[in-house]
Order: sequence, then C-alpha cells, then structure tokens
Amino acid sequence: MIVISNLHVLVDGKAILRGLDLTINPGEVHAIMGPNGAGKSTLSHVLAGRDGYEVTEGSISYFGKDLLAMEPEERAREGLFLAFQYPVEIPGVANATFLKAAVNAVRRHRGMAELDAMDFLKSAKAKMKALKMDQKFLQRAVNVGFSGGEKKRNEIFQMAMLEPRFAVLDETDSGLDIDALRIVSDGVNSLRGPDRSILMITHYQRLLDYVKPDIVHVLAQGRIVRSGGPELALELEEHGYGDIAQPAA
Amino acid sequence: MAASLETIETVEALNDYKYGFVTDIDSEFAPKGLDEDIVRFISAKKDEPQWMLDWRLKAFRHWQNLEVKDPAWAKLDYQAPDYQDIYYYAAPKTKEGPKSLDEVDPELLKTYEKLGIPLAERAALAGIAVDAVFDSVSVATTFKGKLAELGIIFCPISEAVREHPELVKKYLGSVVPVSDNAYATLNSAVFSDGSFVYVPPGVRCPMELSTYFRINAKSTGQFERTLIIADKGAYVSYLEGCTAPMRDENQLHAAVVELIALDDAEIRYATVQNWYPGDKEGRGGIYNFVTKRGACRGPRSKISWTQVETGSAITWKYPSVILQGDDSVGEFYSVAVTNNRQQADTGTKMIHLGRNTRSTIVSKGISAGRAQNTYRGLVRMGPNAANARNHSQCDSLLIGDRCGGHTVPYIEVRNRSAKVEHEATTSKISEDQLFYCRQRGLSAEDAVSTIVNGFCKEVLQKLPMEFAVEAQKLLGVSLEGSVG
Repeated sequence: MIVISNLHVLVDGKAILRGLDLTINPGEVHAIMGPNGAGKSTLSHVLAGRDGYEVTEGSISYFGKDLLAMEPEERAREGLFLAFQYPVEIPGVANATFLKAAVNAVRRHRGMAELDAMDFLKSAKAKMKALKMDQKFLQRAVNVGFSGGEKKRNEIFQMAMLEPRFAVLDETDSGLDIDALRIVSDGVNSLRGPDRSILMITHYQRLLDYVKPDIVHVLAQGRIVRSGGPELALELEEHGYGDIAQPAA
Repeated sequence: MAASLETIETVEALNDYKYGFVTDIDSEFAPKGLDEDIVRFISAKKDEPQWMLDWRLKAFRHWQNLEVKDPAWAKLDYQAPDYQDIYYYAAPKTKEGPKSLDEVDPELLKTYEKLGIPLAERAALAGIAVDAVFDSVSVATTFKGKLAELGIIFCPISEAVREHPELVKKYLGSVVPVSDNAYATLNSAVFSDGSFVYVPPGVRCPMELSTYFRINAKSTGQFERTLIIADKGAYVSYLEGCTAPMRDENQLHAAVVELIALDDAEIRYATVQNWYPGDKEGRGGIYNFVTKRGACRGPRSKISWTQVETGSAITWKYPSVILQGDDSVGEFYSVAVTNNRQQADTGTKMIHLGRNTRSTIVSKGISAGRAQNTYRGLVRMGPNAANARNHSQCDSLLIGDRCGGHTVPYIEVRNRSAKVEHEATTSKISEDQLFYCRQRGLSAEDAVSTIVNGFCKEVLQKLPMEFAVEAQKLLGVSLEGSVG
C-alpha cells in the first residue's frame, strides 16, 4: 500500500504540491488528471526521488517504509517504476545491456540469482513479442533515434521486464498516435495484477478509454480536489477543468 | 544527489588505488643522476656491444646540449622533473637470467599475481605470451619456443641487441630518431629494457603478444624501449598493460615505442594504462611522457593504435603513424580519462606521404573532478599524398563543472586531391541520464560507468576481448567518486 499524506513540495522555492493526500492499494489502478501546472509531473518526480524537489511537509509510506528516505535506486529496487514522460537517450549503450544491468540490480536486491545473457534474452524476447516490438530494439542504443511511440513502448517494455510493485506512468499517452496508444495500453493492461499498483498521470481522457482506472482523481493547485470512478474522467472531458479545478469551498 | 559543487569538492580520492603496494626486493641501483658514466654503467650492465654504447652516448651528448628538456607547448601544468635526482637504473638482483618460472623470485610472482597478470598457466589458458618487465629487467618470457617455431622473435630488447644486432641496428631509431624530442633523446641514452618483436615475411602471429610494465623501485625513472617489426605480409597484435604502486614522489616515465610495417604487413598495438594518478589534490602520480610512432613503410601496410588511458598524473603522448607506402592505412582509437587533478595532453599524428593513404582517428576524452583533458592531433597531407583521406572524430565528455575538455586539431594539406574530415563534440553527462539510470535501479557510480562505456564504445570495440573487459572495469574504477 502506498500512502501519501499531506505532501507539500517546493520547486525553486515555489509551492507546487500543497497538502496532497492519496492512498493506493495493491492491485488498484488510479488516474490523476489535471490542468497544466497542477503539479502532476512534480508528483511523479517526487515519488521517484529526483533532485530539485524540496519536501517541506508530509510523508509517503511505501509498503510500510519511508519512501522519502530512500535514494532513487533504492526505490527502483524496491519495485517503484517510473515510465518517463520524456525517456532519456543514452548513446552507445545497447538496450539489452542497460536493461540487463537494471534487471539484475533489482534481482540482487531481492536476493534472487542474476539472469545470465541467455535467460535474459529469452525473457526479453517473449515480452517484446507481446508488445509487438522488433527484437532489433535490444541492440539499439537506449532511446537513441527512437520515435516518440517507440520510446514510450520501450518504457512499457522495461516495466514488463522489471515487474514493479508500483508503476507510475507519467503522460505515457502524450505524443502517441492511435495505433501506438492501443499497443501501449494493451501492454499496460497485460501488466495489471493483484500485486501491482499503477498510477497513471495524464492530461487527457483518451488513455482512460483503453486502460480503465479504478479511481480517478483531479489534481489542481497542488492537491487532490475530487476523486471518483471512471465516470469522473468523462465528466472532465465534457466540461473541462474549469469548475472542477476550483478547490471545494 | 546532483553532481553539485559541494559534491564535486568532497569527492572521494582514489585512496583505494588497488595496486598501491611495494614489493620488498633488493634492487641494484646505479647512483642518482645522469652523466656519461651512468650511460656506460647501464650499457655495461646489459653486456652491450660497442655500437650500442656509441648510440647511447651520441644520444646522451645530444640531450646534454638541449636547451629545453621539457617541451612547454602542451596544455599541461607541472613541475619539470629534476633529471639529476633520478635513478636511471634499478634491477632486481639476479645472478643470471631465470630460465623458467621456477627460478623467478617468488616475491615477483606474488606481485604479478596481485596484479592479476595471466603469467604461467593462466597465460597458457589465455593464449598470451607475456614478456614481463619488472622495473628494468625482463624476468620471465613465456611461449618463446612456440613463437620461435614460426620464426617469430619476441624477447627483451637487451637480448635482441646481443643476439639480433643486424635487426636492431637497422630499425632502432629509424622511426623515432635520437633527436626527435627531449624525452625520446633521454630514452635513447638510458633505456633500460623493453620488448622486441620481429615477425618474418608472410607469418601471422597466432597469439596476442603482451607486456606488463610496472614501476616499482622508489624514484626510478622507467625508460622502456620497444621495437616491433612486421616484415612483408606479416601480422602481429601487441598488448601493453601497465600498473604502478602508490608513491608520493612523481615518477618519470619516458618510453619509446617504434613500429615498422613493411609491404602488406599489419601491426595492431593496444595499450591499457592505469598508472597511479596521484591523490585527489594532485600529489604524487606518474609523469608519462611517451613517444610512440609507427611507420607504414610498405604499400598496403596497416598500423593501428588503440589506447585506454586512465592513469598517470600527467600524460603526454601522441601515438602516430607515418604513411609512407601507397595505400597504407593508419588508425588511432583512444579513450583518455582524467579525474581529480589529472592532466592529459594526448592525441596522434597522421603523416600522409604515399598515394591513397587513409587514416582514421577516433578520440574520446572524459574529464571529471578538476582534471584537464586535451586532444591534440595533426593530420598532414604531403604533396605526393594524392587521394589521401582522413576522418577524425574527437568527442569530449565532461562530468561536473570544474573540469576541462579541449580539442586542438592541426590540419596541413599540400595536395589538392586529399580529403580531410574533422568532427568534434563536447557533452556533459546530464542529470537526466543519471536519474534515468538510477530510476532503473543502477547506483550512481554504475550509472556513470554505463554512460561512459557507451560514450567510449567505438574505441572499446577495437580492443581484444580480454582487454576490453578489463578496460571497461577500469573506466568505472577511474571515475569513482566523480559524482556525489
């Protein structure tokens, strides 16, 4: 269970998150929607432990542990995965090399035996097939020269390989055409499971047509202003953020 | 954590330099300082014939008359060595040269073991013939017999002087003349030992030849001399690896390596160098002033230099190729890493003389801490170098914001049909890249190592397999503490 309580975050001295509360149970898929500048990406970065975000108040309990006390790599090894809005290029490093190092870092942490090259390839190829990815991806440098759709698919592929307990998808739908969106969504759906929590951060409703969330939240001015079922997303699509984004009186 | 000012300032020094131990063996020293008597002493120690002594003395007299003994044009800032405060000869005490490994001082063997040198059985398994230079004297040579069957000569150069004088006389100093530069002149006068390789016509050397150098005795300058000749149609690949124990004083190292490739011959020369770089404040460390040059004498010959330089306080090194033969090929692949207070001024010279000659330069410079890393390269197309081509690519990678990466290309073209291309980039390891790697579970240091290895991939691919693995590890170790 992930419990975010009264989270206050400053970025460059400016208050971005102002008392955010959110609880996600294992197996649940939550969606956070909100207008630009509401603090959506800040939330994903604070969860993953990026530098430059100052938590001034509040806490995040991650399966009973203090998430904010952990380094980014510890969080990753504890099963927190962030699908980046803008996946980063690493020239000269083959996807396979990178991902094998990542998978084995996580496995070591969990006390599991490291995968050798053969086992890794076998597992990778099976998962790529499910995501309709060409196996040549494995030999290409991480995200270098990838199209927007390929980068996002690569994120989901990494997620599939790393088998996280908690996946945060930051604007995973942005920059995808309808076909790519369908493939990525199928990938996310196939990763739903009773032991995995997923938090989707999105500006638009269309991703939620493909990946049905259990709970939808509206983030505005640094806190959750409304929560509801999937129907809330449709309401937002119809009426926009205008009224709803005003904090309840 | 960000690679912020504070974290860079508080980076840990390489205080756990893995190879910082000193072997306790009686060394036989010549007295400190340099004069004609020392040159004669060295020559006598080596049982050298008169012609060799004369050659040394000629070099010494030339050196004595040099006004500038330390060239100042490189972008390097250091205290010039006091040449009269250096031992020019130190040898482990042995009555006669050992005939087999059993006769080698166990202390020496232990030292090699700590270094992980694949001598003896390990060498056999790895298929490597090792001519191990401990300080100044070669103490063990393996695989000599097997090579001799093919007519390949692989021995200490001191032995070659005695047993193959015709080859040594013909080629020694023919690529790097005695008067080439002050360090090469000094080396010519006092060189202690090094490797000699001759591969006869049409023979392909079946194994990687390998030498490990190690600077051990206190304040001993090391002046290796290596000479490799590939006769017509021959092929040889040579690996050189270096480690040195930790010392407070700066130690001078001025080696000369000469390669000669005749018609259709090919020489590949790879170096992995991780000498003591000094502590994080720049105290101690090796001065590495090396002259390496190859001559493609014959048509269609090829010389390829690959280097991974992670050590030494000061590196001054420009492995070069003189492309004399028509259609000959020169290559230079380099990774130079500097961290803390290290300084490197390194690059190459490609001198195109023959027609249709081609050269490729790929240089990757990585700078961290407060280090300075300069690529300095010359491409010269002579008047007869019709249709000659060069492609140069020089990339610099910076870690943190207190280091420097510099690229200084010199291009001289005297033939209208010659083509020269030069590309250069400078980039920084970005916070985005580091965070991305760490979010996938890699530690900050593994993240740097991964990114740097990716940056150097083109060069690492050129190394023989067993060296490539070692080099990759070395890159990681050299950059430890470069991010907070």
